[in-house]
Amino acid sequence: MATQHSRSAARLMMAPAVILLLGWMLVPLTMTLYFSFKKYLPMRGDSLERGLDWVGFENYSRFLNSSSFWPSVQATLLIVGGVLVITVVLGVLLAILLDQPIWGQGIVRILIIAPFFVMPTVSALVWKNMFMDPVNGMFAHLWRFFGAEPVSWLSDASVQSIIMIVSWQWLPFATLILLTAIQSLDSEQIEAAEMDGASVLSRFFYIVLPHLSRAITIVILIQTIFLLSIFAEIFVTTGGAFGTRTLTYLIFQRVVDSQNIGLGSAGGVYAIILANIVAIFLMRIVGKNLDR
Amino acid sequence: MGSIVLEKVKKSFGDVTVIPPLDLQIDDGEFVVFVGPSGCGKSTLLRLIAGLEDVSGGTIRIDGRDATEIPPARRGLAMVFQSYALYPHMSVRKNIAFPLRMAKLDQAEIDRRVGAAADILNLTAYLDRRPGQLSGGQRQRVAIGRAIVREPAAFLFDEPLSNLDAALRVGMRLEISELHKRLATTMIYVTHDQVEAMTMADKIVVLQAGVIEQVGSPLELYQRPRNVFVAGFIGSPRMNLIEGAEARKHDAAAIGIRPEHLEISQTEGLWKGTVGVSEHLGSDTFFHVQTNASAQPLTARASGELALGYGSEVYLTPRPEHLHRFDENGLRIA
Amino acid sequence: MARAVSTRRKVMTTALAWAIGLLIFFPIYWTILTSFKTEAQAINNPPLFFGFDWTLENYSVVQERSDYMRFLWNSVIIAGGSTALGILVAVPAAWSMAFVPSRRTKDILLWMLSTKMLPAVGVLYPISLIFVEFNLLDTRIGLILVLMLINLPIIVWMLYTYFREIPGEILEAARMDGAGLREEILYVLTPMAIPGIASTVLLNVILAWNEAFWTLNLTAANAGPLTAFIASYSSPEGLFYAKLSAASTMAIAPILILGWFSQKQLVRGLTFGAVK
Repeated sequence: MATQHSRSAARLMMAPAVILLLGWMLVPLTMTLYFSFKKYLPMRGDSLERGLDWVGFENYSRFLNSSSFWPSVQATLLIVGGVLVITVVLGVLLAILLDQPIWGQGIVRILIIAPFFVMPTVSALVWKNMFMDPVNGMFAHLWRFFGAEPVSWLSDASVQSIIMIVSWQWLPFATLILLTAIQSLDSEQIEAAEMDGASVLSRFFYIVLPHLSRAITIVILIQTIFLLSIFAEIFVTTGGAFGTRTLTYLIFQRVVDSQNIGLGSAGGVYAIILANIVAIFLMRIVGKNLDR
Repeated sequence: MGSIVLEKVKKSFGDVTVIPPLDLQIDDGEFVVFVGPSGCGKSTLLRLIAGLEDVSGGTIRIDGRDATEIPPARRGLAMVFQSYALYPHMSVRKNIAFPLRMAKLDQAEIDRRVGAAADILNLTAYLDRRPGQLSGGQRQRVAIGRAIVREPAAFLFDEPLSNLDAALRVGMRLEISELHKRLATTMIYVTHDQVEAMTMADKIVVLQAGVIEQVGSPLELYQRPRNVFVAGFIGSPRMNLIEGAEARKHDAAAIGIRPEHLEISQTEGLWKGTVGVSEHLGSDTFFHVQTNASAQPLTARASGELALGYGSEVYLTPRPEHLHRFDENGLRIA
Repeated sequence: MARAVSTRRKVMTTALAWAIGLLIFFPIYWTILTSFKTEAQAINNPPLFFGFDWTLENYSVVQERSDYMRFLWNSVIIAGGSTALGILVAVPAAWSMAFVPSRRTKDILLWMLSTKMLPAVGVLYPISLIFVEFNLLDTRIGLILVLMLINLPIIVWMLYTYFREIPGEILEAARMDGAGLREEILYVLTPMAIPGIASTVLLNVILAWNEAFWTLNLTAANAGPLTAFIASYSSPEGLFYAKLSAASTMAIAPILILGWFSQKQLVRGLTFGAVK
């Protein structure tokens, strides 16, 4: 179908999308890169009109050396890692469960998927107040019922709480994708394995899990990209306090709260590099898939 | 009204040449079949004629007019695709009417032509159905109907029967031949199935790797294949090809003999051999016989009554007047 | 397939699946339930599952006090507008890539995807600067543009995977039948792609509706959508559980309903066609 005529038409029709995205990517990126080499504190009188001082890599080293950097990396890793482990493990189990013949499967599926459609600010607030509140929250009631002292979740177990909230939001995503993948498993393969005398457990490890490996990788990569930039959940619960200041949140605070644009921009560059490392792996998989 | 002439037509995708410069003459009203193994460039050639691909060089003339630069819709050709390419969201009536609608014909004329086409193709009862509700054969007919209404200079068929099951294929084959007789319009038909080529064509074009190996009537090709490739490709079961000592006796690099031209005898003959698998078709039986003449078993046709068990000894004798001789380049020796 | 499974086993798996399903759904259920209680009942210990006085008062209070309808309207405009604009830009692009692929098509697709992975916080300041410069801060049009851009890669990808399932032969047939590019897209491609376009729209409305970085950072009182409206409840005064629940219920209800329709498409859209 590739005639000269259709090829030039195609180029023309692709132009708006490409130009828009190119602008969306390049303009802010260039600005961030520019600011990251400048001293730019608008509250202290620096302004674009009067020109900014070139400070070389100072912002980059200061961002790395600040006392909040390593804790933020730790918080990021804990939260991203925790959520990934919980959602993938539970996701696989749930997918297998939902793949079994059950009554009302459609409804159960809907129940399990529902959290994904809840906007982040709502789920954060509902969990924070109605479940994790140390006085009136559901957990507090539950703890008291069993005679235990209620826990102040968001201050005493803040990271765990955030992990819990975010996992609740993302478990449906993992489950749904893994369920879709499981359903594409050829039932004859399982039957062949059964004929070959494989037990339920070995069927899981030798057939189901390898079949799911690609889907699991995709879940991990996509979630990582989204989880690296979770914002609203922290914004409305702890506001970055109690060890929940992730890299994203730290950069946000540098830019918005302390108005240190240069420093925040340097942090932004780090975040972009980090996201790109993950993205490269995701692209590989998606790209391979395109060739089919 | 439907002669197509290709002059030095060439096609390459990037650095890969799929069709080296090629000449071909298709006369008005002819049923021409392009046949060859998959990947031989036959579909590409059809798409070049249709205008769905640009030629990389050369000229395509339709009715004497240079059509090389003309967009597909204005070449006056109609195409029936392998997948039928029916518009799933339109009823049969709308599918057939689509090209007429695009040509901005008035409604009365559209209705008249659609009605006539449906009549020819026995589709009248299905006009208001969607393609999804039709059987494979009916869909095929709708695709043909869509082509007919345009009253094209020539029809192009791209492996139109390959998605049908065996029984339907035979039926549709007849219908298309019948249609050709009735319309007397040029048809170009692409297939990889040499049986379709033999049964339908006025003229067969055998292609391999983008090169025309031979052009001729079915019987010409069958009786006088120009080279080893055509000899092996046309005819089922395939022609027996024998190389080596036996071929040298006939001053050839290879000799070929069709299964029906081998005499089978249980008492005497030229080549002694052992019967392997026999395929009983009822009317005929094909015996695969391992002889000392060649490493490959030879296939011989006998009448259905002849019964020879696995492992029995037989003698095969080729009829000398039907022996094909080929030189070391695979070309026929006259 | 479909072998007979013993009823006992089916009962057990059903019970387990339902238990887990209800547990996961519980926070949403509880929010909806609480929205119909009075504030005192909402914080009652033990929690009240029934036997309270159903009231709609919270809903009217929320509307009165914070002008819920305006936020809702903003959400509708922003999610709808950004999706519509995105579709408009993406359909031709996806058509090109699906039906006239070139050697660079794959690279372009992957590059588009990579823009989606740009961490928003990294470009927060430049974007706000641009917004100030063009007077876009706290306007709906500004947010429509940003959300269109962040979701454009997903829209292009989803449409691309749907378009690729439409056999190219059908478009070629249309071309042979005399359809120009315009007719081809209008009469053949679009009607065939309607289901795909619909699910793309659905998923993107959901994503735009729930977006909570740019909506929180680029809007204030004027153009704030529901995400921002809910965030304003994070620093409450006095008794407010029932009202928070009412506000939350209103914010998530439309999208929960849409979401349930789009389960299948969700997988495809969010994995860029890698899992189907």
